[in-house]
Amino acid sequence: MNFPADLKYTKDHEWIRVEGSIGTIGVTDHAQGELGDVVYVDIPDASATVASGGTFGTIEAVKTVADLYAPVSGTITEVNGDVNNAPESVNKDPYGAGWLVKMNLSDLSELDGLMDAEAYKALVGQ
Amino acid sequence: MKSTIFHPFHVAAGAKMVSFAGFEMPIQYPTGILEEHRIVRTGVGVFDVSHMGEFEIRGDDALALIQKITINDASKLEPGKAQYSAMCYPNGGIVDDLLVYHRGDHYMLVVNGANVDKDLAWVMENAASFANVTVTDRSEETHLLAVQGPRSIDTLQKLTDAALADVAYYSFVDGTLAGVPMILSRTGYTGELGFELYFRGDATVAATVVNAIFDAGKEYGIAWIGLGARDTLRLEKGYCLYGNDIDQTTNPIEAGLGWITKLAKGTFNASDVIANVKAAGPTRKLVGFVMLTEKLLPRQGYEIVSNGDVVGKVTSGNTSPGLNIGIGIGYVRADLAAPGTQIEIKARGTTFPAEVRKMPFL
Repeated sequence: MNFPADLKYTKDHEWIRVEGSIGTIGVTDHAQGELGDVVYVDIPDASATVASGGTFGTIEAVKTVADLYAPVSGTITEVNGDVNNAPESVNKDPYGAGWLVKMNLSDLSELDGLMDAEAYKALVGQ
Repeated sequence: MKSTIFHPFHVAAGAKMVSFAGFEMPIQYPTGILEEHRIVRTGVGVFDVSHMGEFEIRGDDALALIQKITINDASKLEPGKAQYSAMCYPNGGIVDDLLVYHRGDHYMLVVNGANVDKDLAWVMENAASFANVTVTDRSEETHLLAVQGPRSIDTLQKLTDAALADVAYYSFVDGTLAGVPMILSRTGYTGELGFELYFRGDATVAATVVNAIFDAGKEYGIAWIGLGARDTLRLEKGYCLYGNDIDQTTNPIEAGLGWITKLAKGTFNASDVIANVKAAGPTRKLVGFVMLTEKLLPRQGYEIVSNGDVVGKVTSGNTSPGLNIGIGIGYVRADLAAPGTQIEIKARGTTFPAEVRKMPFL
């Protein structure tokens, strides 16, 4: 299982990559494995403002359905439109082509509350 | 937790194992459920379904017992034939759905793995009123592999002298495969060409059978298939799953099992209740539906809504890999059961459009 060191992680099994005030968000390799084949990602409001821990969408997979939670507070600026043409990218490349949304982060200090790769690895028992 | 004799093969294949029917069973292999589904629809796949239960019914009263406890007419069964049937409690609730095999000098009942203990107790309780019948639980020593898919006969025929193409649907032969004596039954839960293989023996025998089947099927891309794909495959064909679509609170008529309910055979467990339901018409019916949006996959427990009223519940649902859209099964108010009826599925605090369809879905 893959845990890139340049990402921050949540206990809800999302990752965030921060460049300036923009965060790119997706689900972790562990999460996609638990979900099974991803079928559809539903992000109802492509410009939603979401508080840290708030839901911004749903991921439908063959084994189960899961809510998507914002790792930190912010406003969605971009949704990965390619994902629903090729939902398997979430399974095959969860940290790359399978990214889900970009957010303009409203409080960068919230990032300090997230896990680094080592802490997340320990959480999922690897 | 119990494990089947094929457990080491699942682990070696990298299966994700889950607890199911008291057994540690493979839910999927590393290729994933959608790929496993495709393999069975286009090639050949192997399911370990050894968690299923097998009861042997012997004696002069064997048929009379089976006629009393099941709703189909087992007197119509000839040796070498199998029949889909169900057992009901006196109130019409379903104990289990099952297969009845006419084995010549005895019968074999094949029941759901999760129901073996309950079913055995129920069959024994009913057997007590018959003088000449013995019921033997063979679940422990019976292994069961389902080899399913359009390439299943091509695969298995290499390993047996039995003329598999001549075995009709819901028929079986006693033969050998890879030198191992077994029942080769032209049955399955996928809607594809396929056989279910019942045999006994130790781990060496099991390995002989598995290795022979995988060698023979190699050129067709044979693979192990887990419970996940077993569910999407049966759902596309509209086959009921006990515990989801039917249980002790549902009767065969509302569950759409009228076609195996043979009231003409005479009195049997719940025949009076079933006759009344049939005469009055069921108040709810099990229907299939297709989502009209890709945003939602229906799931067990979601409410079904019509004109703002809750009119039923989803009992099974998932994506249909063949239709590439969500499909489901659920009970709805009887007046909403006609194909083409527009319904809605409630989830995430809102509703999503769906339409009642005739099953099988494809």
